Amino acid sequence: MKEEKTYFNSLNHDTEHVNGANEFDEKLSVEAMMENADTLSASSTTRRDFLKFLGFSSVAATLASCEAPVVKSIPYLNKPEEITPGNPVYYASSYFAENVFGSLLVKTREGRPILLNSSHNPKCGGGVNARCQASVLSLYDSNRLKNPMKASSESSWKNIDVEIVNKLKNTSKKIVLLTPTIISPSTRSLLKLFKKTYSNFETIVYDTISKDAMLSANQKSFGSRFLPTYDFQKAEVIVSFDADFLSEWLDPAHAKQYTANRKPENGKMSRHYQFESLLSVTGANADKRVPIKPSSQQAYVLRLYDALLALTNSQSIKSIKTKHDKLINQIAKELWSNKGKSLIVSGSDNTDVQVVINAMNMLLGNYEQTLSTTIKSNLYSSKNKDADNLIADMNDNKIGVLMFLNTNPIYTLSDSDRFKNALAKVETKISFSESMDETSVLCDYICPDTNYLESWGDLNPYTGFYALQQPTISPLFNSRQVQDSLLTWMGNTVKYYDYLKTFFKKNISNNWNQVLHDGFLNKISKKKNTREYYSFSEVMPTRSQATQSQIEIQLYLKSSIGTGTHANNPWLQELPDPISKVTWDNYLTISPSHAQELGLKNWHVSNGALDGDMVKLSVGDKHLKCPVYIQPGQAHGVLGLAFGYGRENAGKSGSNVGVNAFSLYEKFNRNQVAKVSIEKISGIHEFACTQNSHTMMGRNIVKETNLSDYLKDPKSGNKQFLLHSHKGHLKPSELTLWDEHEKDVHFWNMSIDLNSCTGCGACVVACHAENNVPVVGKEEVRKNRDMHWLRIDRYYSSDMTKERAKEEGVGAIEMYKKMEEPASSENLEVVFQPVMCQHCNHAPCETVCPVAATTHSREGLNHMTYNRCIGTRYCMNNCPYKVRRFNWFNYAGNEQFDYNMNDDLGKMVLNPDVTVRGRGVMEKCTMCIQNIQKSKLDAKKERRKIKDGEIACACEKACDTGAITFGDVLDKDSRVSQEKKNPRSYYLIEELNTQPSVFYKTKVRNKKA
Amino acid sequence: MKHEASIREPLIIGNKSLHDISEDIAKPIETSANKWWWSLFIVSVTAMLWGFGCIFYTIGTGIGVWGLNNTVGWAWDITNFVWWVGIGHAGTLISAVLLLFRQKWRLSINRSSEAMTIFAVIQAAIFPGIHMGRIWVAYFVFPLPNQFGSLWVNFNSPLLWDVFAISTYFTVSLVFWYMGLIPDFAMIRDRAVKPVFKKAKNFKEKISNFLKEQTSSYNIYSILSFGWSGRAKHWQRHEVMSLVLAGLATPLVLSVHSIVSMDFATSVIPGWHTTIFPPYFVAGAIFSGFAMVQTLLLVMRKVVNMESYITMQHIEMMNIIIMVTGSIVGIAYITELFIAWYSGVEYEQYAFLNRATGPYWWAYWAMMTCNVVSPQLMWFKKLRTSIVFTFILSIFVNIGMWFERFVIIVTSLHRDYLPSSWSMFSPTFVDIGIFIGTMGFFMVLFLLYSRTFPVIAQAELKTILKSSGDNYKKRINE
Repeated sequence: MKEEKTYFNSLNHDTEHVNGANEFDEKLSVEAMMENADTLSASSTTRRDFLKFLGFSSVAATLASCEAPVVKSIPYLNKPEEITPGNPVYYASSYFAENVFGSLLVKTREGRPILLNSSHNPKCGGGVNARCQASVLSLYDSNRLKNPMKASSESSWKNIDVEIVNKLKNTSKKIVLLTPTIISPSTRSLLKLFKKTYSNFETIVYDTISKDAMLSANQKSFGSRFLPTYDFQKAEVIVSFDADFLSEWLDPAHAKQYTANRKPENGKMSRHYQFESLLSVTGANADKRVPIKPSSQQAYVLRLYDALLALTNSQSIKSIKTKHDKLINQIAKELWSNKGKSLIVSGSDNTDVQVVINAMNMLLGNYEQTLSTTIKSNLYSSKNKDADNLIADMNDNKIGVLMFLNTNPIYTLSDSDRFKNALAKVETKISFSESMDETSVLCDYICPDTNYLESWGDLNPYTGFYALQQPTISPLFNSRQVQDSLLTWMGNTVKYYDYLKTFFKKNISNNWNQVLHDGFLNKISKKKNTREYYSFSEVMPTRSQATQSQIEIQLYLKSSIGTGTHANNPWLQELPDPISKVTWDNYLTISPSHAQELGLKNWHVSNGALDGDMVKLSVGDKHLKCPVYIQPGQAHGVLGLAFGYGRENAGKSGSNVGVNAFSLYEKFNRNQVAKVSIEKISGIHEFACTQNSHTMMGRNIVKETNLSDYLKDPKSGNKQFLLHSHKGHLKPSELTLWDEHEKDVHFWNMSIDLNSCTGCGACVVACHAENNVPVVGKEEVRKNRDMHWLRIDRYYSSDMTKERAKEEGVGAIEMYKKMEEPASSENLEVVFQPVMCQHCNHAPCETVCPVAATTHSREGLNHMTYNRCIGTRYCMNNCPYKVRRFNWFNYAGNEQFDYNMNDDLGKMVLNPDVTVRGRGVMEKCTMCIQNIQKSKLDAKKERRKIKDGEIACACEKACDTGAITFGDVLDKDSRVSQEKKNPRSYYLIEELNTQPSVFYKTKVRNKKA
Repeated sequence: MKHEASIREPLIIGNKSLHDISEDIAKPIETSANKWWWSLFIVSVTAMLWGFGCIFYTIGTGIGVWGLNNTVGWAWDITNFVWWVGIGHAGTLISAVLLLFRQKWRLSINRSSEAMTIFAVIQAAIFPGIHMGRIWVAYFVFPLPNQFGSLWVNFNSPLLWDVFAISTYFTVSLVFWYMGLIPDFAMIRDRAVKPVFKKAKNFKEKISNFLKEQTSSYNIYSILSFGWSGRAKHWQRHEVMSLVLAGLATPLVLSVHSIVSMDFATSVIPGWHTTIFPPYFVAGAIFSGFAMVQTLLLVMRKVVNMESYITMQHIEMMNIIIMVTGSIVGIAYITELFIAWYSGVEYEQYAFLNRATGPYWWAYWAMMTCNVVSPQLMWFKKLRTSIVFTFILSIFVNIGMWFERFVIIVTSLHRDYLPSSWSMFSPTFVDIGIFIGTMGFFMVLFLLYSRTFPVIAQAELKTILKSSGDNYKKRINE
């Protein structure tokens, strides 16, 4: 080949192309490419050369076309010191939303936060609940605003800042920031600074869910408006009136404290009485649960107070009789004998009730023992009347600029129409919302705040306890942290980060780096039992006139959706309600007897899915059309409805799911008594439940015993199953056809303490995040095709038992029919059981797979090889635990399943260590084998053995109450080995001799013998 | 020449001569189809195409288009599979087992029932294929040498045994069937008019003549009959080969459905985990196979005028087999119930109570009525010799046997160990479409067969004419 011509510009000739933003900016003409026409004609390229080029280039093109399409991946030009691709980096940070605080350890991979772990701060408040777990996905919500907005069109910060500063400067009316309780000290000081610049500025605190009753009661009792912090661990007797303290009442930390004193191995356990109207997670865990109407709560509280007074020989307050006087007297005695070690709480929105609760705790000497006034909780602070005053001011044209920070009053206010009308009179409305919510659409400017995982911040949730927030990713969009916006509008050039750091060093701690590393700073004074300065004023309980009503409504919070802030989070929408196991919905709960009275029904259709009647609910002049869900255990005459649903502008997953219960939240009272009526209307509602049978059918699935029996015999309730054989009675494991697997390296086991599991569901979300479990949507869940690798089974007790059938001579058919029905509300008991792949050592799934796609590991795990799976589903059929999940469709990148795995942004949350499964393959819990593998490699590199606790499954890390323990039982000292020896431990369906690697520990209640 | 006891009913009636038999059996092939055939064919083709559409939809979209769920991982797919395999049992039983037992009455029905077997097994084979989530890697089930290291199939899995059992059964049945067909094809060939063409004037005509010649029935049947000339040596080899194949096929009759039953019997699911399954499934298969033979032959003997060969005696014989196997199946059902109670295992007890009284009670009682009660009516000679009754009953048995598989598969799965996972199954239009599609496909094959194949093994049948033909018998009796 002749080498005479250069056909392409070399880089040296044209440096500007190299330096330019895009080197192919200009089109290259043929002439330019072939130099010029003259030389072209003079070219001595022969026909043969041409053919050679042709041959070469067509082969090259063919080869190139054989390659898979190139997906952009950009390596680090300069590798950051601390980041190694493939290794996770953890940052300590904090979560605060909906008045829930949690200390976090954020796992990031290649700069993307992908999983939130609880950082287990020393016993002081906070916790990682399901919503906090799932909030990492909200970071990648495609509904987030990409740019600041002006009147629903995108704008730039520069323009918007100029306009807003103008508005702020030129208004003589009030400038108001509407915000939920701010627990950030630096933000509070920043707002003071803001007020210096704009003297007409004012902050109005509006918490979506109000705790005004408690705050006001403390004002009355102690002369100070505050919330105490509670320590359920120290309480030996707990009486709760409608306070769902294990899930949604004040602080997620309660669950951890509560379960800490529910360990029968200590020889004692707290006794928990729950008086409640709806069946809550807390009620499900109680030793004795009494369903009562919320309106009669006051009577019960007064009766208990009276009973306590009787024990102190004080004057009676002449309370009226209740249906449960005997029980109340018994409780009073128990409380009295546990003075200073008991706790009475109430979820009531009635100040009078809360005052009596204070009085009782005071009488029992519980202050500074089980609840502290020295360590106060800063989580809630709003006054109910503030919101009303604001609307009045708006109507009076007193508001010039209204700014919304983390509030969505159009959605969350009961009289949102009034607010909407008043809002029209406000000159300038500014929203800091991350997305276009119901309120921001009505605003003139939206200055999108950064997600908390992109932000700096400090938090002071409890007296003396400080936490820091740090960005774990640089802002994905052109959004700006609120504090930075405010600083800009003050004309301050300081960045919030510098402001925060200076503030923190000056006022809180000089040790910024250490606190940032830990995520929190505990300055709680060690001095305890010092009663605070408040004098307790004994307030004579007033008996407010209880409105007599046949039907009343109680609004509640679901642990999955809460107040609806995270409504667009598909993980949370698909997280089943802990009690009803319904996903993607809210509904009117009603007791079975009440439903029967009203002729309301729930029924199963031919594919097993649940359908329900529709009703028109009227509360005063408000009307809602919603489905009814018959909820066993609920008090007769009460209807329950969950907040957080019925959002109109939440986004693709959260909009128009359920109905908006906030419209009924009048006067911030969750209990509405006046003029409540329901009426059956035509129409059928389709529910999507993950569990459609509710009782254990007399089977030994969740083994349960009572503390008194346990103390006599730790194996009580956990009778060893024995098979009859010609060799006598043998354990199932002693009668086997199979050879043992070799277990010479590790033998991974998991222990699940049913006494510590509260059923909250945080582990289910953590599993979603860790293992790239897809969301399948309401229709598929309804078809019983949810993909959860880990599910929490919830069983109700039944009035019919085998013993009773024998006594009464009930036949088998009749017995089983009756066993399917949950017990009556008064007697109902609830148990929870997390079930994931049991990793059987004699696995039924392994023998039946024709292609050996599911096999046993040498370490006691049941493996699933996706690449080998042909999808016969035989393993799924043969699994006695039904934990295998089949990919009925392609769930990733499929328009039909438009959730996080269908957009590039949402896919950023995927764990790069875990395959995204394609359609037609089986999947199931792997015990987070990616973590096991990583720890094994780390240990190998460091030439050491794996330490106990080094490997943690996602569910284990997510469990605040420590119900799940994972480890190697070949390591004799490991926690899981100890657990295995515990007389409470048992295998699920042991009689099959599947020899699971997961074992459970008997549930122990502390019922009065 | 064989003699037959005079009290035996003649097996061929209508005063037939050897030539009449050739004429009668060749007639459907040599004449064109009537409108009944065409209308049935069009309906079947439509059903078949609808079924293919549903199959393509399933493969293109995912198994999720069926009504299955996390708890019920098999339903109509495997029900249909077992049902079709069961139906495919009668043919080989008739041609192989009855051959070994020297039952002459098989000769009129063995050809068609074997054809039915092969067509049914084709339908059956569709289901294990399409029920896979990833049919494109279906070859993983074959023990093929590969480059994936030590990857091999799992010989513990009954599904793998199925692969071997069904493919063996299909191959042997096909070869056996074809062996019998060779002399009959030769007969058709010999009767066919060898086409004579005008001398081709040009190339185009040459081509046209060539094509016509190649596609002439003479040529096709020549190829199919492998040059059979009817020499004594041919006959001798044919007889020996038939006997060898019958010997091979006989154990297969027992093994195939035993192995299919092991899909269930070796599992841990209450209602599946039952040692009685292999014999019970084989009896059920023969039961359903004969019922399907009845359904088809009662129609066919009418449509292609085979009443002289498929006589009331044949029908009665088959009815007796249906009655006997139906009784075995009934005893198996009752034994299952007894053992569930006797085992003392609460899961087993509940599984069977749930079958009879749970949400799928109707399926259970449909099965009980069709499979246990109705065949007992065959004790009455009047009923078992009634064509209308036989036809209705055969349909009943087909329905009942479908429900039997549905009951075993779905009612056992839908409520197993943990009530939290209990669920229900309801078919979608795709489930139903595929099932109807296989029925259409089956009918298409059978209809094509009935017009192109000698539907009765005429060569063999002729061997008994002089002992079992009514005219000869009469003469002997006289």
